[in-house]
Amino acid sequence: MEIDPFIFRFSIFILSIFVGYYVVWSVTPSLHTPLMSVTNAISSVIIVGAIIAALASNSDKIFETSSLFGFLAIILAAVNIFGGFLVTQRMLQMYKKKKK
Amino acid sequence: MSANLSATFYLISGILFILALRGLSSPETSRQGNYFGIAGMAIAIVVTFLSVGNFGSGFIYVLIFLVIGGSIGSFIAFKIPMTAMPELVAGFHSLVGLAAVFVAISAFLNPEAFNLGSIGNIKLASLIEMSLGAAIGAITFSGSIIAFLKLRGIMSGAPITFKGQHFINLFIGLTIIFLIYYLCRTQSSNIFWTIVAISFLVGVLLIIPIGGADMPVVISMLNSYSGWAAAGIGFTLENSALIITGALVGSSGAILSYIMCKGMNRSFFNVILGGWGATDQTSPAQSKEQKPTKSGNADDAAFLMKNASSVIIVPGYGMAVAQAQHALREMVDALKKNGVKVSYAIHPVAGRMPGHMNVLLAEANVPYDEVFELEEINNDFANCDVAYVIGANDVTNPVAKSDPQSPIYGMPVLDVEKSKSVLFVKRSLSPGYAGIDNDLFYRDNTLMLFADAKKMTEEIVKSL
Repeated sequence: MEIDPFIFRFSIFILSIFVGYYVVWSVTPSLHTPLMSVTNAISSVIIVGAIIAALASNSDKIFETSSLFGFLAIILAAVNIFGGFLVTQRMLQMYKKKKK
Repeated sequence: MSANLSATFYLISGILFILALRGLSSPETSRQGNYFGIAGMAIAIVVTFLSVGNFGSGFIYVLIFLVIGGSIGSFIAFKIPMTAMPELVAGFHSLVGLAAVFVAISAFLNPEAFNLGSIGNIKLASLIEMSLGAAIGAITFSGSIIAFLKLRGIMSGAPITFKGQHFINLFIGLTIIFLIYYLCRTQSSNIFWTIVAISFLVGVLLIIPIGGADMPVVISMLNSYSGWAAAGIGFTLENSALIITGALVGSSGAILSYIMCKGMNRSFFNVILGGWGATDQTSPAQSKEQKPTKSGNADDAAFLMKNASSVIIVPGYGMAVAQAQHALREMVDALKKNGVKVSYAIHPVAGRMPGHMNVLLAEANVPYDEVFELEEINNDFANCDVAYVIGANDVTNPVAKSDPQSPIYGMPVLDVEKSKSVLFVKRSLSPGYAGIDNDLFYRDNTLMLFADAKKMTEEIVKSL
């Protein structure tokens, strides 16, 4: 019997939860705020779905209802991607070792 | 680009995201980690463009919208003061949530574009995945908005509770599950919209009963939700980058919530089901006001610290509110010139989000190797001459160790009272967020410094 592709994706999902569990426990507590801002930035990879939705209009019209939601999602995700990575970078710049 | 090739690239960007989190295990590798994250994101976006392969006028619009969003995001990232990080993160979570809702809606309206079947005949699994993604996304969105309003002070931080609240939440939660089942049977768009609308309501109802002091847990929890929403959409789009990221973010937020709850010695459900102080109004007695305290001025404090050999600073959210971190650093510099050994002790729930205090100190140029977590430094208080408590309160309360009746009993606290003398900067004797009196105020070795945290610290710098 063939295995449903869903099971493969589900395996990726479960394994990633385990990877996430161990990786996040190894994050030093002093960097928990940058951890939140960077996880926020990477979860905006949802923009992938937004781009597909925006470019998928099967008529000549660029803005039909479904693609319009895609375009809106692109703006939201882009705010997050740029904002999230840049603010993380800004914070991490402060964590430089200082000469005493 | 073939589907197999793009799937491989999505896997690569998933791995880069793992490395981005991995980098945060130490400040030295953290910046490199952030670049990995950016690279992962760039790969994912470019691969999506190539696999859609539609470079017509729609593509131009996508770029324009990307630039608009990107500029807004960059502007915010450069302007935001570090004290406002909790609000910013809450705001960003709401955007992820709403983006997830929008993607789910367009997948529902145009399933052909995502290979999910046709309108009215969407694949069963996809329908479940997209409605779950939309529901969790909507909860994340409205919940984060409430958290944002509470953190900004636009909405009162006091818990809003009413009778039968938990019952209503449970009822609505079950309704959503039932509606998803019904949606799978009928494929009706009205039901889909109802699910989205109800989920927005759940987000609001879920966050309003949680008090301002519990915000670190709420932010972490919403962080987790935004991850699960992304994973739900990832299943719909059959995209491994999204699935991996969703799982990473989901577990990261869950772990942070756990750490925050442990820092307050409360169970997760206790936090979720209602605010502190809402139920414990019976115990705090006002009669304690009469107990004697010793109070001093900046000169006394400066004299004590100058003659100490080691000083431990205990900062709390009050320091951030008073913007005293820079003055504090000046004070520490002056002390170091006098040969005093200075370190900082940070409680897990100091501040309004995990690690908030560390960022504020880093911003004030405090080297991170002078900043210690509760477990690392708690034994050092016994050998320290002066503990300087600035803007912290409940996290130093010895009652948490001695009085089983106290609402904060069992909460890990900093053993400030063990140091030879305690300097407690505070505007008045008012209790902290937990609404309980701090026993530390009345100890013989405590000297209260009644003033604004910033002014007092500046005055101490002057007298040093």
